[in-house]
Amino acid sequence: MPEIEIDGQLVQAPEGATIMEVAEQLGVYIPHFCYHKKLSIAANCRMCLVQVEKAAKPVPACATPATNGMKVFTHSSLAVKAQQGVMEFLLINHPLDCPICDQGGECQLQDLAVGYGAGASHYQEEKRVVFHKDAGSLISMQEMSRCIHCTRCVRFGQEIAGVMEFGMANRTMHSEIVTFLGRSVDSELSGNMIDLCPVGALTSKPFRFAARSWELSRLPSISLHDSVGANLTVQARNHRVMRVLPRENEAVNECWISDRDRFSYEGLNSPERLTKPMIRVDGQLREVEWSVALDYAAHGLRDIVARHGADEIAALAAPWSTLEEMHLLQKVVRGLGSGNVDFRPRRYDYAPSGVPAGARWLGMRIAELNELDTALVVGSFVRKDIPLFAQRLRQAAKHNGTRVTLISLGNDDPLMAMHEHVVVAPSELPAALARVVKAAALQCRVPVPAGLEAIVPDIPSEAIATSLRVRGRSMIFLGRVAVQHPHAVQIHVLAQHLSDITGANLGFFGDSGNIVGGYLSGALPSARNARTMFTDPRRAYVMLGIEPELDCHNPQLTLAALRQADLRIVLSPFISEAMREYADVLLPVAPFTETSGTFVNAEGRVQSFKGVVRPLGEARPAWKVLRVLGNLLNLDGFDQESSEEVRDAVLPPETLIDGEFASGLDNGIKLPIDPAALVSAKGVFERVADVPIYFSDPLVRRAPALQKTRDAAPPTARMSARTLAEAGLVAGAPVRLRQESIAGSGEAVLTAALDDGVPDGCVRVSAAHPATAALGDMFGTIQVEPV
Amino acid sequence: MLTPESLARIDREIAKYPVGQQQSAVMAALAIAQEAHGWLSPELIEEVAVYLGMPPVAALEVATFYNMYDLKPVGRYKLTVCTNLPCMLSGGVDALEYLQKKLGIGLDETTPDGRITLKQGECMGACGDAPVVLVNNRRMCASMTPAEIDRLLAELD
Ligand code: SF4
Ligand code: FES
Ligand code: FES
Repeated sequence: MPEIEIDGQLVQAPEGATIMEVAEQLGVYIPHFCYHKKLSIAANCRMCLVQVEKAAKPVPACATPATNGMKVFTHSSLAVKAQQGVMEFLLINHPLDCPICDQGGECQLQDLAVGYGAGASHYQEEKRVVFHKDAGSLISMQEMSRCIHCTRCVRFGQEIAGVMEFGMANRTMHSEIVTFLGRSVDSELSGNMIDLCPVGALTSKPFRFAARSWELSRLPSISLHDSVGANLTVQARNHRVMRVLPRENEAVNECWISDRDRFSYEGLNSPERLTKPMIRVDGQLREVEWSVALDYAAHGLRDIVARHGADEIAALAAPWSTLEEMHLLQKVVRGLGSGNVDFRPRRYDYAPSGVPAGARWLGMRIAELNELDTALVVGSFVRKDIPLFAQRLRQAAKHNGTRVTLISLGNDDPLMAMHEHVVVAPSELPAALARVVKAAALQCRVPVPAGLEAIVPDIPSEAIATSLRVRGRSMIFLGRVAVQHPHAVQIHVLAQHLSDITGANLGFFGDSGNIVGGYLSGALPSARNARTMFTDPRRAYVMLGIEPELDCHNPQLTLAALRQADLRIVLSPFISEAMREYADVLLPVAPFTETSGTFVNAEGRVQSFKGVVRPLGEARPAWKVLRVLGNLLNLDGFDQESSEEVRDAVLPPETLIDGEFASGLDNGIKLPIDPAALVSAKGVFERVADVPIYFSDPLVRRAPALQKTRDAAPPTARMSARTLAEAGLVAGAPVRLRQESIAGSGEAVLTAALDDGVPDGCVRVSAAHPATAALGDMFGTIQVEPV
Repeated sequence: MLTPESLARIDREIAKYPVGQQQSAVMAALAIAQEAHGWLSPELIEEVAVYLGMPPVAALEVATFYNMYDLKPVGRYKLTVCTNLPCMLSGGVDALEYLQKKLGIGLDETTPDGRITLKQGECMGACGDAPVVLVNNRRMCASMTPAEIDRLLAELD
């Protein structure tokens, strides 16, 4: 290890480290703009010039490797002169408009100009002007004259987001950051470029001119949108959330968050927030006091139990509810004597009773994603389902040579180097995985599992099996589609066999924010699950935090069941049109920023958070509402003083691994392979439903800026050219889609669109959108006809 | 828009680089596209980018960096006059002004008959022969006194 001296301090420098990295380790600050620890070295801003003994000129610390015996001076007169000179150059064309700049108060350029600049400039001539640009609804490019051409934004696109959307056009004093032909920036990670931009060139459009950074409180929180559990800093003023930023946690989200994590806060201030309890009186929803609404709910539930039995009650929690909320909800339900409770509304196929549904998790720590040698991802629109896992796999493929394989239902570009990418129709997904299992068994010369007799491996499955077998750390991940599939259990069984044969571990990405927390909360059904509680309609439903008409696997089925029920109690931060129609009691509960609680992420990390602002209107934390409800129902065990008390009862601190990870997570399953699951559908069109990233939960659906992005475009009926021809359709024409279920037939009229990435015979129709909510199962048969 | 001939030429350029490094051929590919179409429209740049499997904005960076790529239509003859310092000291700017007066057009403009476009260029490595004028990116004309310029213009039909 080379030994170097920085400002008189001797240090051992890691092999290959730059002066900048060594100084950072040492706690010596060297001013910089273009350098960022997660990006490649560009060395174009020259702000980091330092003096090195025996070097003829100052050298850029970010690009100069530390060599043995090197003596670095960061504050010598030569270094200071260089820094001042660079600062003067950087400011030549800068508008110096800090008073009207959104970055003011949190601007690297401002800070460094104060710390390292001279008081005045020699430059008196005219400054250049760079025209503003429009990059979509998230990033504001109104003042591009402020850009200092550090290219952080360009490198972020190339290296982290996997898609280069910004580029630096022209040369010398004509350089400017552009998108190709002024197109919008569509990456699901784009907001990070706002953080990276060291000046006020790229700023947040929704936050623009809304507040000054020093007026804002900043409190830690956790994102609910996916199972990463990204760490957030939530900034608020006057009890209104104004902005959300990433909070660095190398083991979870590094320094990034997805745009969904970042901009969904706008939904917190939606006009559709429910702020007063309501009950239905003579067919009309009326605002009432909390006590009245809770009495009504308790009375209604007791009445159902008395007249029809507790089994007539069912409760469904959103998988983005907190651990505490889910725990208390199931406690109320079980206290009443019912086992009909679940938190997995998008699932179709559940492990048969008697088979323990262990708490399904990632199977490893999130940070280990970067170190894998092989990753097989089954059934995931990975970039849009869980952007930061995709980001880690992208880095792994790039820097670690990880062989990433995707077996999915569409050829959506994951923007990473792929070992194999197999695209199949939903009904073929189990068979596609079965082929890999059989190929692996044959390659390993172990007995082929019973049930795979008819399966014939093909070339891709052989290659995937080989990649899992070769030495190194391998994982098989089941994504959102795999767990929401009509044969989810069989897919799990096949993945288990593949794991047993190849030695690769099995993991679940998790289809929602607090899915692992749900398993741990005790909210697993002991009677009807999130599907059977609707196929076998109940008389009373309690809904927590979801919009069943959009968030269930089959909204049609759910709505039919809700409509026939006698009592519908809805605990929700929002009120939707559908709720106005079916709800009997509406209880305004606090979203994650207004309550304390706990999310457990995919790796089992238990992350508790506090409320950041006080609840809006009369909204109250759901755990408190459920506690009161429990008491009103005279049930035992509802005397918790705090959400922490609830959490500690569910996850006793002494059971946590390293004090922060839940124990007892288990991905194992033991069931025979069912050959019937391996038969693909013939002669029918199949629906492929993705859950578009900005429709995935009630909060993000109400975030206006996200709703203006490309990813939030209204759903179309996407088909390959062949499918279009078969259905007698042309792209652009209206198409009538119909799905049958036991609840009847549901219809939607959409525009047919050509997408050769959709498997032949399939129609890709997104779920979770009002335009498609009248349809049925996410992956079922669908009828297609011209209008 | 890329003709089969252009594509064949681009393929030959791609073949010069290791497999998977086809982006390295971007400069040659853009030049080939420009030769066939006269100038590089955004659509053409995108087509080249897609063909090479690179982001369009990356190809745009290259096309806007180098002077020899024309991002607007040019006349049949493009005259690029070097005005960098050594040339400037030896009459480069005078040559440019003479041309402007003679042709009645300004910098980056084209004569109404579509014959000649006037451009200003960076050092062409021929400072010793200043002033220099480059015709259509290919033909270098040295020591361009007014008389030489007249001769050149007469020759360009
Ligand atoms: S826009 Fe910001 S991040 Fe991008 S190059 Fe300019 S200063 Fe750097
Ligand atoms: S930080 Fe070193 S040159 Fe920019
Ligand atoms: S400066 Fe004109 S050719 Fe070198």
